[in-house]
Amino acid sequence: MIDRLEELKLEAQSAVTSSQDKKELEQVRINYLGKKGPITEVLRGMGKLSAEERPVVGQKANEVREEIQASIDSKQAFFEEAELLEKLSAEKIDVTLPGKKVEAGSPHPLTAVVEQIEDIFVGLGFEVTEGPEVELDYYNFEMMNLPADHPARDMQDTFYVSEDTLLRTQTSPVQARTLQAAKGEGPVRIICPGKVYRRDEDDATHSHQFMQIEGLYVDKHVRMSDLKGVFDTFVKEYFGSDRAIRLRPSYFPFTEPSAEIDVSCGVCGGDGCRVCKQSGWIEVLGSGMVHPRVLEMNGFDPDVYSGFAFGMGVERFAMLKYGIDDIRHFYTNDTRFLSQFKHV
Amino acid sequence: MLVSYQWLQDYVDLSGVSPEEVAELLTRGGLEVDHIHRYHDGMDGVVVGKITDSGPHPDADKLTICQVDLGDKTTQIICGATNAPKANKVVVAKPGTVLPGNRTIEATEIRGHKSEGMICALDELGVSENLVAKEQHDLIIELPDDAEVGSDALEYLGLNDVVLEIDLTPNRSDALSMLGVAYDISALLDRPIKVPEIEHGAVRKNAIDQVSVTVEAGVDVPYYGAKVINKVTIEPSPLWMQMRLVAAGMRPVNNVVDITNYVMLETGQPLHAFDYDRFGSKEIVTRRAYPGETMTTLDEQVRTLNEEDIVITNGNTPTALAGVMGGASCEVIETTESILLEAAQFDPVRVRNTAKRTNLRSESSTRFEKGLDAQGTVRAAERAAYLLEKYAGGAVLNGIVESGEMPVFEQEVELSLGAVNTRLGTELDQKETEEILYRLGFGVEDLGDRWRISIPSRRLDINIKEDLIEEIARIYGYDRIPTTYPVSERNAGRLSNTQKLKRKARRFLEGAGLEEAITYSLTSEEKSKRFRLDEFSDDVRILMPMSEERKVLRQSLLPQLLDSISYNKNRQNNDLALFEMGAVFLPNPGEKLPSELWHIAGAFSGDRTAAAWNKTAEPVDFYTAKGIVEGLLEQLGLTEGVSYQVAKREQLHPGQSADVVVNGQVVGFIGQLHPTFTAREGLPVTYVFELRGEALLTEQDKTMRYDPLPRFPAIKRDFAVVVDAQISASEVQHVIYEAAGTWVKDVTLFDVYEGEHLEPGKKSLAYSVTFLNKERTLVDEEIVKVHETIVERLQSKLGASLRG
Ligand SMILES: [Zn+2]
Repeated sequence: MIDRLEELKLEAQSAVTSSQDKKELEQVRINYLGKKGPITEVLRGMGKLSAEERPVVGQKANEVREEIQASIDSKQAFFEEAELLEKLSAEKIDVTLPGKKVEAGSPHPLTAVVEQIEDIFVGLGFEVTEGPEVELDYYNFEMMNLPADHPARDMQDTFYVSEDTLLRTQTSPVQARTLQAAKGEGPVRIICPGKVYRRDEDDATHSHQFMQIEGLYVDKHVRMSDLKGVFDTFVKEYFGSDRAIRLRPSYFPFTEPSAEIDVSCGVCGGDGCRVCKQSGWIEVLGSGMVHPRVLEMNGFDPDVYSGFAFGMGVERFAMLKYGIDDIRHFYTNDTRFLSQFKHV
Repeated sequence: MLVSYQWLQDYVDLSGVSPEEVAELLTRGGLEVDHIHRYHDGMDGVVVGKITDSGPHPDADKLTICQVDLGDKTTQIICGATNAPKANKVVVAKPGTVLPGNRTIEATEIRGHKSEGMICALDELGVSENLVAKEQHDLIIELPDDAEVGSDALEYLGLNDVVLEIDLTPNRSDALSMLGVAYDISALLDRPIKVPEIEHGAVRKNAIDQVSVTVEAGVDVPYYGAKVINKVTIEPSPLWMQMRLVAAGMRPVNNVVDITNYVMLETGQPLHAFDYDRFGSKEIVTRRAYPGETMTTLDEQVRTLNEEDIVITNGNTPTALAGVMGGASCEVIETTESILLEAAQFDPVRVRNTAKRTNLRSESSTRFEKGLDAQGTVRAAERAAYLLEKYAGGAVLNGIVESGEMPVFEQEVELSLGAVNTRLGTELDQKETEEILYRLGFGVEDLGDRWRISIPSRRLDINIKEDLIEEIARIYGYDRIPTTYPVSERNAGRLSNTQKLKRKARRFLEGAGLEEAITYSLTSEEKSKRFRLDEFSDDVRILMPMSEERKVLRQSLLPQLLDSISYNKNRQNNDLALFEMGAVFLPNPGEKLPSELWHIAGAFSGDRTAAAWNKTAEPVDFYTAKGIVEGLLEQLGLTEGVSYQVAKREQLHPGQSADVVVNGQVVGFIGQLHPTFTAREGLPVTYVFELRGEALLTEQDKTMRYDPLPRFPAIKRDFAVVVDAQISASEVQHVIYEAAGTWVKDVTLFDVYEGEHLEPGKKSLAYSVTFLNKERTLVDEEIVKVHETIVERLQSKLGASLRG
């Protein structure tokens, strides 16, 4: 009987090996291990065996049964693996086809520049302050040391709304408003971004509407050397750590001494090129120590307080940074232009 | 201001300092050199020639054949200028020379006769045509006898000069003259200044016997001086003077006029010469013009004056518009023999206003406007008299006839070394600071702990100690100021809540695929009225608009944003999603300033998403715009109290527009542009929204707490109801919420159907309602009951039936 079992095992294993699919394999299982199969039959015939033989044959039968089952399981696993591979292969796609696009929009380059500059100054302890675009002559000119007959008013031809109200020509009225609100108590550290307006015909380099960021730092003991320090930091942060600044004497009615701040040319690195008109330097902003009259008129004691103020053109910064050659691009909103600023 | 490098050397020694170095020095010192002009660049082979023989061209009656001695050889040149036959020494461009305008001179043949080179006129050498004296037009240059044959003609003419173009800041009126610039260079280089010669002879006759001066208002004319010069001969001024005027951008006229201009350029004091015999009287009277009074100015224009203008008169009629332009009636002409030379100071503001109104801004008016050196006026008159004697044969009468007193401008300012160093952050010592002040020509008196500094009258811009600190800094060098960081209490910089919310709104809109646009605030009266939220508001107008298109301030953002849509459409950019944020302006009755309200607007056209290999294009529609608005409001924290109401707005599609209502207040609208409007404006099908942003920027809720996650499961029930097509989804939703009671967590509309499976005029709305009890698990019977209530309510209130 032992021999018969051994024989059955070999027979069954051979049938497992030759089975072609899951169905055939199942048939093999039913044939050998089913209730009507030969092994069951062997076990059923055990009654005729001697007491000594019975456990031996029983054990052998179970062993054979398990071995056959193991062969079937392993073959079954093989079929399943093959089936899965076939399925996966059928599901193969062209991964080089484009993805389902999530189309993001873009900030306006002027907004992008304003936010970049705001972030740098916020990091330096400044607050961002805004004010009205239609302004009183009083804040726009008078409080900025530009009385009615001041020749510098010619520098900025103005859109008047009435005799004493106008479209602001600069964002400095926000400085006057902020100083007056501070009631003579420093420190005042603000930057004021916003739209400003001047009577210019629109062309590649002029726009009757443009954006400016002005700033003010008033405290006790502020020195011109501090202005240099702040702008050295700002310029390196904004334009790059390899850039240098230089100050040149200039004139603004609301600062004394006044300085024009130049940045070393990023195109030629200071050797001189077309962009910097061979000078190696590019003019980027106006600045200076707040004029004592401005402090005084706006409620600060010039013997106690000093400070510096500065102003920059946002369009100019954007033009320099992105190489834009026509200021009108900022206001026509051509989507072929705007969409280029997605990543800024 | 154009500054000749050669001329400058009359006043300060520039040996060893190149034009570029002077430019750099000036720029770093505060007189910014914008441009360095080298008119002669690349011009070789222009020499002095002498016409030894000439005769008419046999075959061309306008041409002259000249034999020209060039020093090394004599050559034949054919010339078309009318002054060629009688000319002696001339300027010759030899073959091979490249003249301005890339004109190469070649040896050629003109109607059978050789011509080896060209005899030049001034404009052919690069002198702008409007700087060539009128009578010199089309004529070749005739050089004086002292010009050496064969030598460099450009050098002789001073055309090898280098001209520095200075962009002057408005405070530096002192640098509106060669001398003023020289003073700055003298301070910067620490080299002495050479003052021009003014000592002239005088005839025994006194000027005072020939003319009187009366000034009606001393405020208008603080000083008026007149000199009388007899026996002048009117002829061209010396060539060197003409060339200097040209370098400075002024056109030579005749010796008298040129001398007044020359002295103005040299000293900054404008002068005027009248023809004494044609002045009309022997009295000079200055007064305000009478309203409507007329005069003919030098440019032959009849000017109508008003009482704001200062005029110089002969006691009767105007002879000059003070500081602006002389009158034609007593202009210096060829036959003039005696002249009245005016050297005066006029009220800068009056001169500015008159020059502006009459559009006669000139070298002279500019200088009056900026203010003059009080002590330079008489010196300038004497300098001109000196030159008139020398170059016009004039006999200068004794003295100057004056009215008013030259204000003795002797400004004194006190300054301490400590003030200099604390303001600049420098560590200057007393000696080096004093040296700088001396170099600037300032008087320095030591008062122990401070100085008393006296300021020369030419420096009108220095009045307070800060002005002096700037002077010291610019001569010391802005470069040498150290770099430090402010020492003050630290504080965190920050954006305000509103600024943060605006940024958040921007990021949301960008993330949602919109591009940000910025448009102009000024618009036309017609456009300003479109899409405004406030029906009856008036415009905020500009007093003197530059054009119809930029006449008033916008009341809404959309009209300009739609301009951007059509700009793009015209360039075949068809798929557009733009937004703008910015102020709109409404009059504020009783207040000086208008209300500025912050708006957000959006416009969409074409496809929302483009066609791709795996899907068809999705065109924009009403719900594109609405979805953006809903998302935006949610971003800004407005989750409750928002509703949308059917709206009728002029430029919008009556069936596809809604007002956005927040807490019972209309804050904006969404809609499709009215087809009639888009057709008229040439716009594509466009969906828009505009919101009054102020209403949306609520204070950030700092007490916000998270909602604990439910411990019991939520239960979802789906059902569809059939209602009349006119009933809006929001009405149905409202009833569901009302009926569902406190357990309802969410109601989602997931399908809308109208069509063949329904009665006409009906639609089906399918909802998914989520119920949740935070305390326990809801049992099925409870949900069934609520569900029944919902269906009943929908039936009774809206005539709805459950769809099977
Ligand atoms: Zn460069």
